[in-house]
Formats: sequence, structure tokens, C-alpha cells
Amino acid sequence: MALCHFYLSQMAASSERSPPPFPDSEEPELLEDSDEEADAFTGTSISEMDSPSPDSTRPPKDIFNEPPEDIFSDPLSNINSEPQKKVDAKIPSPSSDEAVDLFSDPLDDDSEVMSSPEVQNPMPDLLNEPVEAPKSDVLGEPPVHRNAARHQDVFEDPPKSSSKSSSVKKAASAEMFGDDDDEEDLFKEPPKVVTKKPQPSGPPVDVFTEVKSDVKVKPQVKDDPTDLFAEEALTAPAPKPSSGSSSSRTNGVHSEEQDLFSEATVELSLDSPCNDRKNKEAVKPSVSAPAAPVASSSSKAPSKSLEELEEEESEDKFDLNISITNPEKVGDGMNAYMAYKVSTQTSLTMFRSKTFTVRRRFSDFLGLFEKLSEKHSQNGYLIPPPPEKSILGMTKVKVGKEDPSSAEFVERRRAALERYLQRVVSHPSLLQDPDVREFLEKEELPRAVSTQALSGAGFLKMLNKATDAVSKMTIKMNEQDVWFDEKIQDVENEEQHLRKLHVMVESLVNHRKELSGNTAVFAKSVAMLGSSEDNTALSRALSQLAEVEDRIEQLHQEQASNDFFTFSELLADYIRLLGAVRGCFDQRMKAWQRWQDAENMLQKKREAEAKLLWANKPDKLQQAKDEITEWEAKVTQYEREFERISATVRKEVIRFDKEKARDFNRQVIKYLESLLHSQQQLIKYWDAFLPEAKAIV
Amino acid sequence: MMQEGLDDGPDFLSEEDRGLRAVNVDLQTDATLQVDISDALSERDKVKFTVHTKSTLPNFKQNEFSVVRQHEEFIWLHDSFVENEEYAGYIIPPAPPRPDFDASREKLQKLGEGEGSMTKEEFTKMKQELEAEYLAIFKKTVAMHEVFLCRVAAHPVLRKDLNFHVFLEYNQDLSVRGKNKKEKLEDFFKNVVKSADGVLVAGVKDVDDFFEHEKTFLLEYHNRVKDSSAKSDRMIRSHKSAADDINRIASTLYTLGTQDSTDLCKFFLKVSELFEKTRKIEARVAADEDLKLADLLKYYLRESQAAKDLLYRRGRALVDYENANKALDKARAKNKDVLQAETTQQVCCQKFEKISESAKQELIDFKTRRVAAFRKNLVELAELELKHAKGNLQLLQSCLGVLKGDT
Repeated sequence: MALCHFYLSQMAASSERSPPPFPDSEEPELLEDSDEEADAFTGTSISEMDSPSPDSTRPPKDIFNEPPEDIFSDPLSNINSEPQKKVDAKIPSPSSDEAVDLFSDPLDDDSEVMSSPEVQNPMPDLLNEPVEAPKSDVLGEPPVHRNAARHQDVFEDPPKSSSKSSSVKKAASAEMFGDDDDEEDLFKEPPKVVTKKPQPSGPPVDVFTEVKSDVKVKPQVKDDPTDLFAEEALTAPAPKPSSGSSSSRTNGVHSEEQDLFSEATVELSLDSPCNDRKNKEAVKPSVSAPAAPVASSSSKAPSKSLEELEEEESEDKFDLNISITNPEKVGDGMNAYMAYKVSTQTSLTMFRSKTFTVRRRFSDFLGLFEKLSEKHSQNGYLIPPPPEKSILGMTKVKVGKEDPSSAEFVERRRAALERYLQRVVSHPSLLQDPDVREFLEKEELPRAVSTQALSGAGFLKMLNKATDAVSKMTIKMNEQDVWFDEKIQDVENEEQHLRKLHVMVESLVNHRKELSGNTAVFAKSVAMLGSSEDNTALSRALSQLAEVEDRIEQLHQEQASNDFFTFSELLADYIRLLGAVRGCFDQRMKAWQRWQDAENMLQKKREAEAKLLWANKPDKLQQAKDEITEWEAKVTQYEREFERISATVRKEVIRFDKEKARDFNRQVIKYLESLLHSQQQLIKYWDAFLPEAKAIV
Repeated sequence: MMQEGLDDGPDFLSEEDRGLRAVNVDLQTDATLQVDISDALSERDKVKFTVHTKSTLPNFKQNEFSVVRQHEEFIWLHDSFVENEEYAGYIIPPAPPRPDFDASREKLQKLGEGEGSMTKEEFTKMKQELEAEYLAIFKKTVAMHEVFLCRVAAHPVLRKDLNFHVFLEYNQDLSVRGKNKKEKLEDFFKNVVKSADGVLVAGVKDVDDFFEHEKTFLLEYHNRVKDSSAKSDRMIRSHKSAADDINRIASTLYTLGTQDSTDLCKFFLKVSELFEKTRKIEARVAADEDLKLADLLKYYLRESQAAKDLLYRRGRALVDYENANKALDKARAKNKDVLQAETTQQVCCQKFEKISESAKQELIDFKTRRVAAFRKNLVELAELELKHAKGNLQLLQSCLGVLKGDT
């Protein structure tokens, strides 16, 4: 959304201040943009996974269905029809190989082990490329592929932006995923402008020259890209970066989102070269980009329907089925545990085979959650929470009583774990996590976290949560973002209502069970009454009635379990999930707090400097100035982080809402169908009984 | 206070109501004496029934008239039948149960107290629910009293009873009062003696096969019908609770649905609407089971008790007769007070034979009535169950159609 707005404002700005460079190509692109954006935010681009995106020269045909294709082709032709300017904009339309090089490059930087000169080479190569890139090259390849162009843009960006964040620490988490770096691009844009000012190069900096100059600051550049692709590096089987290996490991989400974000930068570079002279103005709007999320909610609406369309389409293509079956007790006594068979069926190329099965125990699932939340929660990701530990339920199972309640417990847990895992893998970014893949694929998981340790961790987490709650009360966040303001309120309300609803559904389950039990008792009683009745026909009718009641008892029992598994558990899941959503909001608030703290600190430092100036103590002045620079950088960084987390959280929440709507729809319909079935059976039973009653004489 | 005429309740009760009045059918309705309760008024701690009579019998001053009676007067009438030796050979129609609005009233009061803690819609809804519940109990009570009068009016002997006629015609308060402590104590002892006698009577092998059979049958039947009645009550109660839960689920879904205007909220609203309708049906299923099944069983619990009482009286008479025979033998052997013993023996013999004669017919009638009532109620029960299940099915189908069409 932010992007959309950013993009729009960009367009607006350029069209206001100068005639748009490509009037005819503008509109299609806009369309396309929103299209892609939709995709990125819904996170449905998983469907793309099969297409080796970065190097594929195929048009995004298979990603989107036919209609978008036209849209795509349009701009393309437009671009080609005005090659001259286009080239300017996309000088760097390099072959995808280079793109891959760039990808892999950071990887090597990161893992010092692999920092072989050979690997490092591509970087300079790439970086030189834009400068050297012969125009004829681009033109020589008639179908200038947008994808390629975009990638180039992406590549330009990270160095550019990172050069500015010279003092930025590695804080930008090491495990960042594809989308993170994209966002970084986005958000690093404004700083660029800010820092540009002091630079002597002056306002009319050509984007490309800038790239060049950035290239030279390579050592600083290193950090960011490293982070970006560290993940890839971990999973890529071969250390040597080849387009094949990295792209096959990367799924569509990654590249798609990259596309999305690069789109924005494409736009930027499209504009800027042409508006070079008035560059300053052209770039300026981008300063407002971070603020865009606020206003963009208005522009969100039209693209939403597109998103939904997109989602429906991609749903079919999401080819990853996980089922959990065969819960089995392993061991005896209190050391016993339940092991579940986790079967995966997929055609995604990121997995080694199409079907595979592993055995996992409950604590493994919890461990997965711990790992994921450690890595991703501070980025604002919504990590699906696993079912709660139940000491009572498990103890019963351990004791080994074969009573229905423990069977129900196991089944309940099995189903909950299945839903949990399905939610994890349906998250486009989490699916990329090596731990998730390992969990699904690897035969033996290292039992890193013992159950006990985990309980301890759980306790610590509780403590953390408590302190969080306290700080939450003390932090009075001045919410600038209307969207968040409303959403936080909504989520709280919704959780409250869902809790209420859950209590009632639980009560319904209990009453239905009670009804089932009482019906069984009544059936027996009626059978007895029938046996003592001395009118034969009446006696017969009564025993028939007893039979009907017996069947109805079964029906109630089935319905009670449907009430529970289809309805009540759905609500329980969403109560947990809404808790996780609130966790995301909290993470965002923490980021905000950090930013504010830095802001305050900077203020203090400035005051200190002023005092020093007043006191005329030049010896300490330099130190104070250094500190100010340091804190300025921190403020910039924290602000950027806050904006990034805001964008992520928003994206996550929108995705969550969509999933929720779909889940509720599916489950409730399933539930109503179970009710329907019950009624059909009832009709059958009473229909059969009616003639018996009429036969009484 | 709550004042409800019989006829201004929600529609859904009237149907069952009519069904209930026919709990025991085949009351040989004839035009000479027709009794019904045309109206009833619920006051703080009593219910006033307007008993309406249409008759061509000469001993009434008018052909049609109404009087206002209270529950205690019904009990008085019933007790006067029981105490009348003349009627020892008949199954005395069981007295109607005491109106019990306490639970319902209490709930209504609680609702008033909890008014602040719930939303206006919830409150209105709850209030309506409770009022409906109250009304249902009220109508049931009225129906039970009416059934009693109808049974008496249809009985060939009891319909001619003087007390009954006074009950129907005398337009003043009968100034019967509730039993005082002393009388209650007497009743208690009577009951102790009766149950001791009951054991005695049950232990005696009857000479008459018919009565021997009826005795074993009734003893067993009564216990089983008692059990069934209790079990059906429990079943229906949990059914009602489930319906209440659905009701509350519906209103929470409604609040969820009105939070926003997203598609999901619309979805919630639709489901809420469905639940709101299905819970009504579900509540009616419970109510119908209550009327057609539980009330039937309850009525036959009381009726079988009345029949057992008849057998007890006959057994008592038989024991008296045998004792009189023994006394006569003794007197003859001793040749002392023979005449007196002979008279006693004759009285006892007469009494026993009279009871036996009418009791046989009464028991046969009881069976006929029972079979007919069960038939009627079970058929109606099945039909209502089918009707409701089909209604539910239709609701679910159309709702599913809409929901699936939406997606």
C-alpha cells in the first residue's frame, strides 16, 4: 500500500512539475503496479514458486492469468517504441546472470568462510555494469524484459541506500527475507535525499552516477545485502553462486516482492533521468514515501478487489499439503510422549522430493514456533501460535488410560497441530525459513529444546510478556497512523467477542454432550417402559421410540464433536491468532519507542553541544559533534526500522484478515453442513417411526 | 404484576396448547356437560381460573355459566372424591399439579437486577425469553387443571357428584383453605399406613387373575413411567440449554457482525440470522417434546398412581372381607356375636364386590385411554419432530446456498 501511494505521489509529482515522460506508458504501468502490489501484500505469490523468477525470461504470464498479460505486454511495447529514453531509464537491463551474481555476492561477504575472490568478483562486475552497459546491448535484445530491468533496479538500490547508512549497524536483522530488503529499498530512499544534501555532488545527481559513486564505498555497502541474502546463502546447496541454484531455492514470493518494490524504484529511475535537471523536485516526493502508509489506506480500496482475485487464483496453485496422522505413544510412564506423522505433499521445487514424511513430537512443534518467533517476530511477522501445552491432558495420555477423553485430547491436539503447521507454511515468508523446511523434511531433528527447558522458556516468555504489558501501559504511543489506530481497537474488540463466543460454543458443546447422555438414558428408560406395557402395539411402538432415541443420541454426540472440532476449535485458534496479531502491534510499538528514545537522546546531545558552544570549550566540542552524528544516524535508522515494521505489520494484518475470512467461511460452512446432515438424519429416523406410532391400536 | 390472558400469548404456544388439552383423549365428550377453562389470571401468588360450563343437565340453574376458581379449590374437589367411600371403586382423576412459577419469577427478578450488566438488545431478548417461558408454564398449568375437570365431567359417575356441581356453579368463593398443620400430619400418617398397607396388599396373592395381573402390571408400570418421566425431563432440559446456547451464540455473532462492514462481518450476520431462527426451532423441539412426551408421561405417572390407589382400596377391601370372614368363623365357633359378624361380613363382601366390579371396568377403560393417548401423542410428536427437522433443514439449505453463492 505504502508503495502504491508512494508510486502515485511520484507520478503525481512528476506530472505536475513536468510533462510526464511517457504519457502512454504511464497508465498501463500504473495498473500493472497495483496488480503486483496486490500480489505482494497478499503474499499469494507463492504460486510463483515454480517459476525460477529472477532468470526466467518468460513473461509473468504464468503468474497472473491472461488478463494481466495484456497489461504487461502493453508497457513493454511502449517501452520498446521509445527506446531512446527507455534505455536511459534502464540502462542496466543486464542479463539475469548478473542479477544472480548480485544476489550471491552479499552471501559471500557475509559468510567469511566463503569469501573467495572468485565469488567476490561478480560484485564489481555488476557494479560496473550499469556504467558500462552499452545501450546497444539493451536495444539489441528486442524483447526488453521488464523483469530483468527491475532486477537491475533493485541492485542499484541497496548499495545506494546502504552507502548512506554508513554508520548503520547490522541491526537490520541478519535473517532478513526478501521482502525485508525490498522494504529497505523503499525506506532507504528518503534518507538518500537527506544525506544527499551535504554531499557536494549537488542536486542534479543522476541516479546512475550516484550508483557509481556508491559502488566505490563498497565496504560499507557490504552489510546490507549480506543480510538480505544471508538466508539464501544458508540454503543454497552450492557455495558457488549460479543462477540455477539460487533461483531454484528461492521461491516466487521473494522475487515477486522484489519486483514489486523495484517497481517503485524503476519508476524513480524512469523519472529521474528525464527530469534530471529538475531532479531535486522529482526526488523530493520520495521523502514523503514513509508517510504514505497513512494516506494510502484511501487508495487501498480499489486495489483490494484485485488482490482478492489474485488470491483466488493463486490458491489453487499453492501446492503444499501437510497432514498430520497416526498419533502414537512412544515410551512409557512419565517419559512417554506422542509422536505424530507429518506428511508433506508438494510440487514446490524448494523441497527435495514430492512427498515425504517425518515423525515429530509436540515439543518439536513448540520448538519450531520458538525458533520462528525468535527470528521473525521483531520484524513484525505474524507467527502462527501453536496449541497450548496441556499438562493435565498429556498426563492422562501418559498414564495410558484408554478412555474417550484422552482419545479426544489426542485427536484435538493432532488437528490443532495440523492447522498450526498449515498456517505456518501458508505464510509466504515463513515457508522460506530453513527451520520450517528442516522441520518438514529432515529425518531427525536435533532435540535442541527439551520440554522442560521449553517450559522454562515459556515462563521467561511470560515474564517478558508481563514486563511488556507494563511498558505498554507506560508507553503512551501517540498514534499517528489512523489505520493502525483503528485496527488495534478492532483487534481488541474482536478478540473480546470471539472469547465470549468461544465460551458459548463450549457451553453448547457441553450441553449437547449432556443432551446426548440424557437421551441415551431416556432411550433405555423408554425401552423398559415398553417392555412392561401390556398393549402389544404400544409396547412395540415404545421400543421403536427407544431405538429412535438411541440413534438420536448418536447424532447428538456426533454433532457435539462437530460443534467442538469445526466451530469451537476454529474460535480457539483465532483467539490465539489475534493474540499474535496484538504481539505484532506491540513489536511495532517497541520500534516506535526505540525511535523516540533515540530522538530524545539526540535532542539531549544537541543541547549539550549548545552548552559547550556557550561555554566555549572547543576541546569537547568535536566529541559532542561526533555524538550528534552518531545519534542522528541512529534516529534515522530507528525511524526507518519503525517504518519498515509498520509496513510489515500492516501487510501481515491484511493477509491475516483475508485468511481469517476464508477460514471462517470454510469452517462455518462445514459446520452448517454437519448440522444439515444431522437434520437429514433426524428426518429419516422420525419418518421411520411415524408409521409405528400410527400402528398403535 | 404479570397478568396474562390466555389468548394473548405468542402464536407458537397456542398450537401446542391445544394439543395438550387432549393429553388424555376419549373423554366421551357429550353435549350434556361441557367444562373448560376459558380464562386465567396470574396474580402474585395465585392463579385464578375462569371455569366455564355448558350443560343441559336439569340440576343447573342455567345452561351456561362461569365461575372463578383457584388451585386450592381443585384440590378440595379432588380430595372430596378421594374421601368419598362411594367412589372407592373408581380411578379418581389425578389432581392437577400446583402452579409453580417460582423458578420463572426468580429468573425474571434476577434479570431485572442484572439489567445494567448487559446490552439493551440482550436484555430485551432475555426478557422476552423469560416471559415466553413464564407464559408456557402458565398455559401448561391451566391445561392441567382443565384436563382434570374434563376427566371428571366425562366420568359417568363423578360427573353427577354434588361437590362437582357446586364447584362449577357456586359463584362465590368456596372458602376452602389449605390444609393446616394438623391435617397435614394426619395426611402424613395416612400415607405411612397406606404404604405399609400397600406392601401388605402387594404381598397378598389375588384370587382374581385379572386383578393379580393388573396389580403386577401397575406396580411395574408406575415405577417405569416415573423413571421415564424423570429422564425425559432431564433430556428436555438439556435440549433447552442447548437451544439457549445457540441463542446466545446468535447474539454474539450479531455483535461481531455489527463491528464492521467487511465481508466477514456480513457473513457473521448471516450466520447469526440463521442461528437465531434455528434456535427458535430447536427451542420448539424441546417445548414440543415437553408437551407431547414429558407431559404425557407425567400425566400417566399420576394416573397410574390413581389406578394403583384403586387397587389398594380394593386390596384393602379384600383384606377387610377376609378378616370379616375369619371373624365370622370365629364368632360361629364361639357362637358369640354371630349376627354382628355376619352383618360386617356382608358389608365387607358387598363393598369388595362393588369395588371389584367397577374397578375392572375402570382398569379396562384406563388401558384404552392410555393406549389412545399414547398413540395420539406419539404420532403428534413424530409429526412435530419431522416438521421442525424439515424447517431446520430448509433454513440450513437456504443459508448454505446464500453463503456458498457469496464465495
